Amino acid sequence: MSVALTERLDDATRDASSLRRFLDGLPGVDQVGLEQRAATLATRSIKQDAKRWAIDTAISMVDLTTLEGADTRGAVRSLCAKAVRPDPQRPDTPHVAAVCVYPDLAATAVEALAGTGVAVASVATAFPSGRSNRAVKLADTALAVDSGATEVDMVIDRGAFLEGRYGDVFDEIVAVKAACAAAQDTVHLKVILETGELATYDNVRKASWLALLAGGDVIKTSTGKVSPAATLPVAHVMLQAVRDFHEATGELRGVKVAGGIRTTKDAIRYLVAVNEVAGEWWLTPSLFRFGASSLLNDLLLQRRAKQDGHYSGANYVPE
Amino acid sequence: MPVFDYAPAPENRDIARVKQYYQPFIGGGFVDGDGEPLKTLNPATGEVLAEVSTVASSDVDSAVHAARRSFERVWSPMPGAERAKYIFRIARLVQERARELAVLESLDNGKPIRESRDADIPTAAAHFFYHAGWADKLEYAGLGASPQPVGVAGQVIPWNFPLLMLAWKIAPALATGNTVVLKPAETTPLTALVFAEICQQADLPPGVVNIVPGAGDVGEMLVTHPGVDKVAFTGSTEVGKLIQRQLAGTRTRLTLELGGKAANIVFDDAPVDQAIEGIVNGIFFNQGHVCCAGSRLLVQESITDEVLAKLRSRVETLRIGDPLDKNTDIGAINSAEQLAKIRELVASGEEEGAQRWTSPCPVPEKGFFFAPTVFSGVESSMRIAREEIFGPVLSVQTFRTPDEAVTKANTTPYGLSAGVWTEKGSRILWLTSKLRAGVVWANTFNRFDPAAPFGGYKESGFGREGGRPGLAAYLKGADDGEV
Repeated sequence: MSVALTERLDDATRDASSLRRFLDGLPGVDQVGLEQRAATLATRSIKQDAKRWAIDTAISMVDLTTLEGADTRGAVRSLCAKAVRPDPQRPDTPHVAAVCVYPDLAATAVEALAGTGVAVASVATAFPSGRSNRAVKLADTALAVDSGATEVDMVIDRGAFLEGRYGDVFDEIVAVKAACAAAQDTVHLKVILETGELATYDNVRKASWLALLAGGDVIKTSTGKVSPAATLPVAHVMLQAVRDFHEATGELRGVKVAGGIRTTKDAIRYLVAVNEVAGEWWLTPSLFRFGASSLLNDLLLQRRAKQDGHYSGANYVPE
Repeated sequence: MPVFDYAPAPENRDIARVKQYYQPFIGGGFVDGDGEPLKTLNPATGEVLAEVSTVASSDVDSAVHAARRSFERVWSPMPGAERAKYIFRIARLVQERARELAVLESLDNGKPIRESRDADIPTAAAHFFYHAGWADKLEYAGLGASPQPVGVAGQVIPWNFPLLMLAWKIAPALATGNTVVLKPAETTPLTALVFAEICQQADLPPGVVNIVPGAGDVGEMLVTHPGVDKVAFTGSTEVGKLIQRQLAGTRTRLTLELGGKAANIVFDDAPVDQAIEGIVNGIFFNQGHVCCAGSRLLVQESITDEVLAKLRSRVETLRIGDPLDKNTDIGAINSAEQLAKIRELVASGEEEGAQRWTSPCPVPEKGFFFAPTVFSGVESSMRIAREEIFGPVLSVQTFRTPDEAVTKANTTPYGLSAGVWTEKGSRILWLTSKLRAGVVWANTFNRFDPAAPFGGYKESGFGREGGRPGLAAYLKGADDGEV
């Protein structure tokens, strides 16, 4: 990235109007070209050892998620057990990256996952809509970090973003980030853009930069509660943003795609995009995640098929 | 070693059903020609792929006579709706045999299977579908009340898109009621001869399509044959000029689609990431063996460093290698001769003082390959800025104002295509009226559609292929006032 961008970055966060100038000055995204590129890259054919590697890497990047009104402590504990040992009959299966729950169940997950290497992520800030005031959102965040979650998945205020109040969105991310920093352990902040509600790729690019400038460790596509959720072209735009941000600042930030990714084939397409759009540095659970629930079982079935040379039934992997 | 090392994913070459020996297709049957047989190579390995019987002057005579006979007795009197049925059938058969044709094309030409599978063959089928639809509607094409076919078309096509160029030539000719004698390129005759099988499968009346393999001498026999009413040639400007000289003063109609040195113009307000994709697609698609390739990149000075840096890191991700591997982005250069020409021009660029950057990607040792190369600091006077390289080599120049961009873009004897990258719609419209190029792509590049006319200005030739204007080239009275 050019020197010019680095200079503009320093200026961008000075006040609300500088931020707006910066975001409005980002290069546009051509929809046709972006979608064409994403579709072409999706034709990569990943076979044999490369596929084995991709399946294990994808498993290690899963944020195993349950975000239902009907979630219970028991359901969360069983999800945690699965996160640690996704395929108990195949102990060489890697564990997932994190378990992602609502804040009131974070403590249950923290207890179940203590010492396992699997992180606890909690959604916060009036997830999924983000429609509440700052105090409630910060209290929500505090509940998550006080319960011991080491990752917080916050939502941005899409209403404010679409109204053009970029400064307010920025300030809110900064405030949540500060609430995370108050915790004992380092808490990673994932900023959910809810790209399905931002509607245009230009907005996705602006929101990505906004979240990165405000200190988000990871930018995340969606809550999973809005359709469309993650798509390959949206992931391309966000991967370009973290790549360009790294070029400009030297800082590595991550991307999480969430919602609608159900098959191994889909997951591998995202890994190819990570590899070729952002670069191979991002092929690690600290910089790329899948927010998913049913994806894990397909990855496990495909993993078994690769080892056994044939497919086993869905009954062989735990629900 | 890369973290994510894609394992080889080769398409099965048996799908191509390569035969050891292929014959010319004349008067509805496969017959041996009297020419010296030629060997066609797999450019990815340099190995002989098959032997092809070529034609001599007597065979060209019989092909033209067969075409004349079927023109007079069968094809031109046939109602358009009936002709359409045959062409639709051909289109469907091309689709049915798409995989076979794609693998064969990649073997014979060297292009990556991803491109033959996703671009060449589907677009070829689309041309037949599109033109089949015109066959019974010619009266309504705005080309006269009762447009009449010209007669026998002699068609000569290049090696860069063998089956697709065949489709561009044969589909409009047949739809308008003409019969054809087509000469495929010397180095890529195989898909044309499988297409001949498809004509048989479709029960196309004998003599409507004739395929006569051979080298340039056969092309000359065909285009100068007195029984040919119309010549359509796609190839080099040098040969195009020769054909035009030979046909001057004769009654033979002519359309030429020749070389190019297209400018791809990137303004500072361009959607940069997609512009990078467009630049890559513009020059590295099909190893740069594209007459309308965006071989001259014109970048606004204020963003040159950024664009070049992004371009280099993107080009580094291009995978060069086995054309049959589904993950290959850049395949083999079609022939040793073409590779030598590319090397010679690249050497001239270095000698004339341009800065060469070549992707560090691993290049296969066997076969004809050339790693993607970008020259910066290119001046308009250099050979790499003026001459068509027809390979994966990009020349980068800069401009400061829109007027300067137009002047630089038009400073070429060619005029086939151009590209414009800007988010400003008014600038796109202004530029398209200033650029002397047959096709101007806005925020995209190398997009082809049978409904969109394609052809050049200046030394890039004349006549249009595709769309309504493409029909005119094969109809009497439509493009020259003759009735």
